[in-house]
Amino acid sequence: MSARPASAAAAGSRFRAAHEADWARLDALLARAERHSVRALDDDELLALPLLYRVALSSLAAARATSLDRALIGYLEQLCTRAYFQLYGPAEPALAQLLRFFRHDWPAAVRAQWRETLAALALTVAGILAGYLLVRGEASWFYGLVPDGMAGGREPGASAATLRATLHPKGARDMLAVFAAFLFTHNAQIAIFSFALGIAFGVPTALLIAYNGLSLGAMIAVFAGRDVGVEFAQWLAIHGTTELFAVVLAGAAGFRIGAAFAFPGRQERADAALDAGRGGAVVVMGTVIMLAAAGLLEGIGRQTVDGGLARAAIGAVMLVAWLAYFYLPRGRDGAR
Amino acid sequence: MARADGRSLRRRLVTPEGVDLGVELGGAGARAAAYCLDLLAMLLTLALLSAAIGYLTRGSRSAEIIAVLWLLGAFVLRNGWFILFELGVRGATPGKRALGLRVIARDGVRLTGSAIVARNAVREVEVFLPLTFLIMQAGAQRADAWLAIAALGWSAIFLLFPLFNRDRLRMGDLLAGTWVVRDERRPLGSDLAAAPAGRRFTEAALDLYGEYELHALEEVLRTGQAARLAVAASTIRGKAGLPDDDDDAGFLTDYYAALCARLERRRVLGRGVADKWQRGAR
Repeated sequence: MSARPASAAAAGSRFRAAHEADWARLDALLARAERHSVRALDDDELLALPLLYRVALSSLAAARATSLDRALIGYLEQLCTRAYFQLYGPAEPALAQLLRFFRHDWPAAVRAQWRETLAALALTVAGILAGYLLVRGEASWFYGLVPDGMAGGREPGASAATLRATLHPKGARDMLAVFAAFLFTHNAQIAIFSFALGIAFGVPTALLIAYNGLSLGAMIAVFAGRDVGVEFAQWLAIHGTTELFAVVLAGAAGFRIGAAFAFPGRQERADAALDAGRGGAVVVMGTVIMLAAAGLLEGIGRQTVDGGLARAAIGAVMLVAWLAYFYLPRGRDGAR
Repeated sequence: MARADGRSLRRRLVTPEGVDLGVELGGAGARAAAYCLDLLAMLLTLALLSAAIGYLTRGSRSAEIIAVLWLLGAFVLRNGWFILFELGVRGATPGKRALGLRVIARDGVRLTGSAIVARNAVREVEVFLPLTFLIMQAGAQRADAWLAIAALGWSAIFLLFPLFNRDRLRMGDLLAGTWVVRDERRPLGSDLAAAPAGRRFTEAALDLYGEYELHALEEVLRTGQAARLAVAASTIRGKAGLPDDDDDAGFLTDYYAALCARLERRRVLGRGVADKWQRGAR
């Protein structure tokens, strides 16, 4: 720099002269990393990336303070932003994330919404009771509670033999996998809905859960009315414990969002919504896994395991396993 | 950065090094266009997927495999498209990438999987739910005008939601703590102040303008339209009382370089001039 600081050259020009090569190198590295992945860079380039990023960042800070060259500042801003996302953006490796999800995140998220889970459970039970009592009192209620396609001959007038036959299907084994896949995708979509519908203050979620209980209660009433209730319960239990649990959890995640919007408490509304949303998303991811398991149990397990006791036992074991997985206190985070 | 008002789309993103990168939020139009592009791409992928499954299983004659693959594939496509792409380093679906957008966490930290799942699960009820509801009703031949209106109203609330808040947040962004920002590559523009100043200007001539006018002049020089150059040159000459030398571009470039150097010097001394109205305050 000359003796006179007020030399004619603008700050931007001096900056460009001193650092343009570094910026261009960073730009080229970023372009390659963005096109392929960070793995496209060799060791030297990987080591150079954070250094070049800091050069660009300090250039930006200095340029903002001293230079009026907007092209230069705009260029440095986008360069630093791109470098920032390359350096700070990537999450942990997928496997580590997956492990953490199963070991910590999922059970923790489920535990965190225990209040909403109890509420969703209570609503389901109330729905089942109401559906049962309604159909026992007045059989025509059944047609209002169970959609035509789902009934499949299981209606109030049906004989015990007809009902029993639906519980022990014969010869329908060739489409088992399709059945399982359909059940899984359908139920998973419903679970995602009941989480996301929480944004309407949880009201549609409550309707969905109550309706789920109502139609189940109506179905129970039909079977119990012909004294096939126990067999129906066994038929239901093999997958139902997992599936109902999953639906209750997804609904509870929706409730949590609704509650966060309606009653944020001491937090700001946006912060409360954020906690509920991210926690709920973890629960819903887990719910999809549970529903995949339920789909397998229902589509394949139930069609191949015909004994009532065996079905009930599988269902009970699944329920205990889920409960233990979610709620048993464990190591570090249990003592937290 | 000049004159950032309350409705500016610029937001702070402070790095761990303490520098504000100043990201700019994606506009509603760009986001809508990106979404339409993604929907198109998804439909296309679905068609290709169906064709591929049909081709691969043409020999086996097994409807079962086809159905299972298709059901699972469609499920993954519908729910996974946005999630899997946004989980990548680019943080953007192909549609967003095409329009120069990306998703980032509002607090600037690393974007987690749960945030991305949350923002995209809500997309289901914003658009897909009323849509499937309508299709279902139409399929059952009992499409009801009121129902259609309700479904459209529901969607309109959520589709227009980003227009009613400052940060252009979708309902899903609100829940996930994310926002969508512009992510563009920009080449380094040429250095307008690099050329050695051929003309000399008096202090009075350089005191006419501030930083705001300097940036306006920079824009005029970069677009390089003769008509705009002529207007700017004649205005400056008129105010400074300089003769017309028939070289608008050369004159403006020299004036820009001189003004830039002077304003930067004042700025370093803590006496920056924001715009021409501030002259009196000196």
